[in-house]
Amino acid sequence: MNHGPPGRLGTLALRGGVTAWVTALVAVPVLVLAWRGIAEGPAAFWAAISDPAAVDALWLSGWTAAVAAVLNAIAGTALAWVLVRWDVPGRRAIGALVDLPLAIPTLVAGVLIIALFGPQTPIGHWLVGIGFPVAFAKPGIFLALLFVTLPFGVRAVEPVLEELDPAEEEASYTLGATPFYTLTRVLLPPLFPAIAAGAVQTFARSVAEFGSLAAVSGNIPHRTLVAPVYVLGEVEAGNPAGAAAVSLVLLAIALTLQPLGAALARRAGARRA
Amino acid sequence: MRSRRRPTGPARVVFAAVVAWLALLLVVPLGALALSVAGSFSAVVAALTSAEALHAIGLSVGVAAVCIVANGIFGVAGALVLVRQRFAGRRLLDALVELPLALSPVMTGLAFLLVFGRNGLLHPALDAVGLQVAFAWPAVLLATLFVTLPFTLREVALVLEELGDSEEQAAATLGATGWQTFWRVTLPNLRSGLVIGTTLTSARALGEFGAVLVVGGGIANRTQTATTFIHSAIEERQEPAAYGMALLLASVAVALLFVLQRDRE
Amino acid sequence: MGIRVDHLVKNFGATRVVNDVSFEVRPGELVALLGPSGGGKSTVLRMIAGLETADSGQVWLDGERVDHLHARERQVGFVFQHYALFRHMTVGENIAFGLSVRGVAPAEQQARVTELLEVMGLRGLGDRMPSQLSGGQRQRVALARALAPSPRLLLLDEPFGAVDAKVREELRRWLRKLHDEVHTTSIFVTHDQDEAFAIADRVLIISQGRLEQSGSPVEILDQPATEFVARFVGDVNVLGGVVRDGRAWVGGVGAEVHGLADGAAVNIVVRAYDLKFWRDDDGPATVRRVTTIGDRVRVEAWLDRADAPIFAQFPRRSSLLHGVEAGCRIAVEITQARAWPTPGAAT
Repeated sequence: MNHGPPGRLGTLALRGGVTAWVTALVAVPVLVLAWRGIAEGPAAFWAAISDPAAVDALWLSGWTAAVAAVLNAIAGTALAWVLVRWDVPGRRAIGALVDLPLAIPTLVAGVLIIALFGPQTPIGHWLVGIGFPVAFAKPGIFLALLFVTLPFGVRAVEPVLEELDPAEEEASYTLGATPFYTLTRVLLPPLFPAIAAGAVQTFARSVAEFGSLAAVSGNIPHRTLVAPVYVLGEVEAGNPAGAAAVSLVLLAIALTLQPLGAALARRAGARRA
Repeated sequence: MRSRRRPTGPARVVFAAVVAWLALLLVVPLGALALSVAGSFSAVVAALTSAEALHAIGLSVGVAAVCIVANGIFGVAGALVLVRQRFAGRRLLDALVELPLALSPVMTGLAFLLVFGRNGLLHPALDAVGLQVAFAWPAVLLATLFVTLPFTLREVALVLEELGDSEEQAAATLGATGWQTFWRVTLPNLRSGLVIGTTLTSARALGEFGAVLVVGGGIANRTQTATTFIHSAIEERQEPAAYGMALLLASVAVALLFVLQRDRE
Repeated sequence: MGIRVDHLVKNFGATRVVNDVSFEVRPGELVALLGPSGGGKSTVLRMIAGLETADSGQVWLDGERVDHLHARERQVGFVFQHYALFRHMTVGENIAFGLSVRGVAPAEQQARVTELLEVMGLRGLGDRMPSQLSGGQRQRVALARALAPSPRLLLLDEPFGAVDAKVREELRRWLRKLHDEVHTTSIFVTHDQDEAFAIADRVLIISQGRLEQSGSPVEILDQPATEFVARFVGDVNVLGGVVRDGRAWVGGVGAEVHGLADGAAVNIVVRAYDLKFWRDDDGPATVRRVTTIGDRVRVEAWLDRADAPIFAQFPRRSSLLHGVEAGCRIAVEITQARAWPTPGAAT
């Protein structure tokens, strides 16, 4: 079932062209990155990634991403619920807003948070006063992550929620179930793969997030310095090999999560059978 | 056809919470930014019309334009190959196309730096030809092409999969050649995928920060994009410039959002 | 476990979908709501179940007024057209659901599930997922699930609509047998006349939100109360004619009718098996087509003087068919017919 420009030759030419483009633009740089990360030997690699600042940065990236994944799963499911099942004023506007983080540059997202919560603003000033600073502190990190990953939590669940058969819900009621029982035993279980897929996506995206965190977190080593910003620091300090080494760890995390997320998404879609 | 209900009782509380959450996260910050800009309006205008700012905007727009065209062509070609063809290594190609989505922007910049930078793989060759890529606009372009690679392709692939190839088969039985089929049957059907893909590509290209910072250096009037302009404005504590450019980019983003929303429906 | 429905009305937007429907179902009866698609029968069923609320009117179950009760409080079993089995649960878990909701002990649940699996002919399938079953099996699981909590009423919404013809016939026979054993008061909705007449004790014809007639299958067939019922049920000819001397005439053929004035313009409704054709070279009609369908023969002819089509059905071996073929002329005799005044015609 090969279609496209004429004939076998055309098909192969198309395939070759695309492969060449992807190889040159994607494969080569990433391979070079990987190679430079390990080129100086296992000892140097280990030294680079066991540097206390690197370890703390990776750890911070990891646990903030995990918390963000959980929070976003809840918020995203709730939002999808509102968008799919309820008739509320402003539903379309809300649906449009959900995509906003995809359109806004991450750095600008960070600037927005600073514009609202920065220490020089009224709210920020008050927050610092009560000992709960948002900007340049961990809460700011979560705010930025939740902003940036908002669409993932919602869009993962939305289509599956739409596909739920209303008759199954009605059947549950005719059999005597309360709305809560129906929610927990009939409606949520089919949603789990989709919610999990969204959580995995959120986690992967959060670990990789740079722009907003560079603006918001204050980048204090061991406190609010996340892994990608650490990598930037190493590059600027003239340590590309060390930066590449930590990058490899991030890449490994991303590459293990991708197939997991894809598998969950397939299961979420397959449930519709 | 699903019938929607109005929330009652505790559900209303959930709805209010959701709206408050969204407002806090998205709407209020935009408002605060707009207020800041309005507060120092003339300074903002002066900053944004400076030579440095105009260069940054120009570079961002130029790079985005090239990305749109390149990804338009590559996106359609790539989608056709990945969806319609079966060959050994297709999965690998698919994974490579998805790879830019997994990488943190700084890593992307680093990767290109390691290829084109002073100690980079291709540096000797480029040096011999007298071409400078790293810390010059070609690097900015390449890095942005990298990060925007998957968007158009994925949207077009989505549309292609849903369409199936029955229309193409019908065209073949009516005597159309491969090219004719492509131009007159396939391509028009891909319109919606292309529009959404292009919108996402533009947004990503204009918004790219980490990669271009690393590989371009954010050198004023040479490799500074709109985003790195904001970054250096923040570091130099020039708030009108930073907030003004940020609001400009945010406004473009909102405009793109409208296009996206309209076409998703 | 009787049901009574009083003056039910339901509007969807500007459309009145159920228009003042009232009827009773006696305990242990199996009743069919029959009518064309979109006529409101499913809505009536859903109002009895509590899945829709009536705009006005009342629903009584067992002498108890239930219209203020939510579906889950009515103890009504419901079988949906597309089964609505819980996709993520096994067959056994589906069937046990109504029991687990009430906190019945697991051992008891299991016993009931096993019992129902046996009765429904689904032995050994308790651990399968619904997607692994055929359509007919799924529908039986849906039935078992609805019956497990021993509801006082069983409602079925086009239960056999989603399976193919052969399976449908089996399921039909099987539902009747089940009802004869279990005796739960049941109402089922269908647009398939054969189905309604084959298994129901009583048939209620509902069209455009109104109850046209309620009666046994034979009553409906032989004594249709309205023209709609006469035309809807069975294979019918509708011929425009005129009344003269107590008979309605069309194209030279007459049928005995009652209660109509001489000279009235009427619609004559004749069932395909209430006509006799036989070969007659001086007859009023010409045969257009003769088709054999299964064990019956359908003869389509044209009433020349009335310029109207007419058709009849005969058993294959009928002697009346002797010599009857396309193009020949036939005599026509109407053994039984009903007539109603043509709407809008001057009398």
